[in-house]
Amino acid sequence: LAQDDIDEDVWDEIEETLLMSDLGTDPAMELVDRLKERVTVEGTRDPEAVRTMLREELIKMVDPTMDRRLAATRKDGKPAVMMVVGVNGVGKTTTVGKLARVLVAEERNVILGAADTFRAAAAEQLTTWGERVGVETVRSEQEGADPASVAFSAVEAGIQQEADVVLVDTAGRLHSKANLMEELGKVKRVAEKQAPVDEVLLVIDATTGQNGLMQAKVFTEAVDVTGIVLTKLDGTAKGGIVVAIQRQLGVPVKLIGLGEGADDLAPFETEAFVDALIAS
Amino acid sequence: MFNSLTERLSSTFKNLRGKGRLTEADIDATAREIRRALLDADVAVPAVRQFIKQVKERALGEEVSEALNPAQQVVKIVQSELEEILGGETRTLQLAKTPPTVIMLVGLQGAGKTTLAGKLSKHLKQEGHAPMLVAADLQRPNAVKQLQVNGERAGVHVFAPHPGVSSEHEDPTGDPVEVAKAGLEEAKNRQHDVVIIDTAGRLGVDQELMQQASDIRAATNPDEVLFVIDAMIGQDAVATAQAFNEGVGFTGVVLSKMDGDARGGAALSVKYITGKPIMYASTGEGLGDFEVFHPDRMASRILDM
Ligand SMILES: Nc1nc2c(ncn2[C@@H]2O[C@H](COP(=O)(O)OP(=O)(O)OP(=O)(O)O)[C@@H](O)[C@H]2O)c(=O)[nH]1
Ligand SMILES: Nc1nc2c(ncn2[C@@H]2O[C@H](COP(=O)(O)OP(=O)(O)OP(=O)(O)O)[C@@H](O)[C@H]2O)c(=O)[nH]1
Ligand SMILES: [K+]
Ligand SMILES: [Mg+2]
Ligand SMILES: [Mg+2]
Repeated sequence: LAQDDIDEDVWDEIEETLLMSDLGTDPAMELVDRLKERVTVEGTRDPEAVRTMLREELIKMVDPTMDRRLAATRKDGKPAVMMVVGVNGVGKTTTVGKLARVLVAEERNVILGAADTFRAAAAEQLTTWGERVGVETVRSEQEGADPASVAFSAVEAGIQQEADVVLVDTAGRLHSKANLMEELGKVKRVAEKQAPVDEVLLVIDATTGQNGLMQAKVFTEAVDVTGIVLTKLDGTAKGGIVVAIQRQLGVPVKLIGLGEGADDLAPFETEAFVDALIAS
Repeated sequence: MFNSLTERLSSTFKNLRGKGRLTEADIDATAREIRRALLDADVAVPAVRQFIKQVKERALGEEVSEALNPAQQVVKIVQSELEEILGGETRTLQLAKTPPTVIMLVGLQGAGKTTLAGKLSKHLKQEGHAPMLVAADLQRPNAVKQLQVNGERAGVHVFAPHPGVSSEHEDPTGDPVEVAKAGLEEAKNRQHDVVIIDTAGRLGVDQELMQQASDIRAATNPDEVLFVIDAMIGQDAVATAQAFNEGVGFTGVVLSKMDGDARGGAALSVKYITGKPIMYASTGEGLGDFEVFHPDRMASRILDM
């Protein structure tokens, strides 16, 4: 009966807000059902109270208790190794550059590995980032070189130079291309001949729609993703697809990208993310 | 012939006899499933709302065909409406009466502009044109080099008076508007009949960069301004298409990364928001991976058929 005061328009508006943030139909409908239930049980009559409930339920769904720390310290006398992976153009190379900046600011020794040997000027782009933040980039001079052997060399250099972290950039690839996913698996396996890969960061562009879930599934199967970097949150996109990714795969969002500059990387914060998601 | 969506819909109808005209109840039940299918395909919420309304109106007036059950019937209506919207007036590149033809590429960061520049130049060269590329993205690290490599692969001249941001130049060198303008002069001098201007990626909310794109347009008076958009984009397609349409103004749309498995509902969103024709599909990282847009295939893809 209490629901009578909160008319269909309120529910429609809430559902649309969630859908327009790329949350996806299942989570959006589930949330609305959950809210309807709470409204009935708690006898709420005020639409504002429903908004507060929505925020609470979303925060629960995004889960502030997830461990979002990065493994970025030497272990067993070897550097931490991180790989950055994802589909084309999402911001992998830029993220490697920004992450190096953060690590350097924490006085860690960092080495970059340019294992994108495919895209035009990809190694040059990473080298520019390396110089920008003052770290060495291991690359192949040869176009189309084996990306796995570049990753191997980068980790090898990291071990020799007693670096704290080796960051390996990889070529953009669509998860639907089996041969390219196979190649990525090989990059990881070959790098691991030198040292274990501690973090595999999957970059998801905040503008990504429902396809993002499939991306995360397939990349996780191929290289066991340990964290998500949600880029391009400085635009109008909300990045709601990561909610489904976290829920279904248990992989936490660890970092967010907020621009094209070296300092535009930040830790993921559940409440800020949720507030942006429901702000119209 | 019909698959998943229709199958899902058919179960909605198992208790119906489906004779005569489609009833309002038939259509409502179907519309819910279709709405969901469109949302799962990333079609923008306002576009879905409008589209479903249209389909309902049309379905109400329709005779039920002997051969189809009500679900199939409504899906057929949906598909043809989708095709009609996506197709509209399809057209190929508008060439200038007095060469050079100027084509400017715009879009969000990472959408596929620089790759498309290479693809378009290769395609036009094969058609007997003498295209030239202009490197007016001086901002993204090594964007100029990337365009130069693509130009080399396509066998076309690249005008790149400034290296932009690179290891030697931490800050952007040169002014993109001046480069674009000078590129036009260079093309005239060298007698190229097509000029393709690659620009930096920019966000809809970045007013300064949007103004810069608008200035490039004003300085070069392009025959085509192509808006490149990633087929994987979700609901942000609306805000972004609107911002580019208002901020720069575009004449056509290119859907990129169509070689993936995204359903590509953005195609419908952009068409719905701007009315601008979708001209090409970009289908891979290679310079040959590029085709004319097919509205019928896109309609089936969005509906997952
Ligand atoms: N606005 C904004 N732009 C970003 C962000 N991260 C990256 N970019 C831009 O997105 C574009 C693509 O970034 P890259 O780092 O080259 O992406 P990538 O995933 O390495 O691309 P490929 O290697 O070609 O697959 C560039 O123009 C970047 O400057 C971000 O957080 N915000
Ligand atoms: N699979 C696939 N990849 C594509 C396609 N078009 C472009 N790419 C890839 O997407 C990434 C970004 O493409 P770019 O051409 O650099 O995009 P851009 O719009 O110029 O990016 P910015 O200049 O950084 O804004 C690169 O890895 C390209 O190889 C396509 O149709 N399919
Ligand atoms: K945002
Ligand atoms: Mg890259
Ligand atoms: Mg570019």
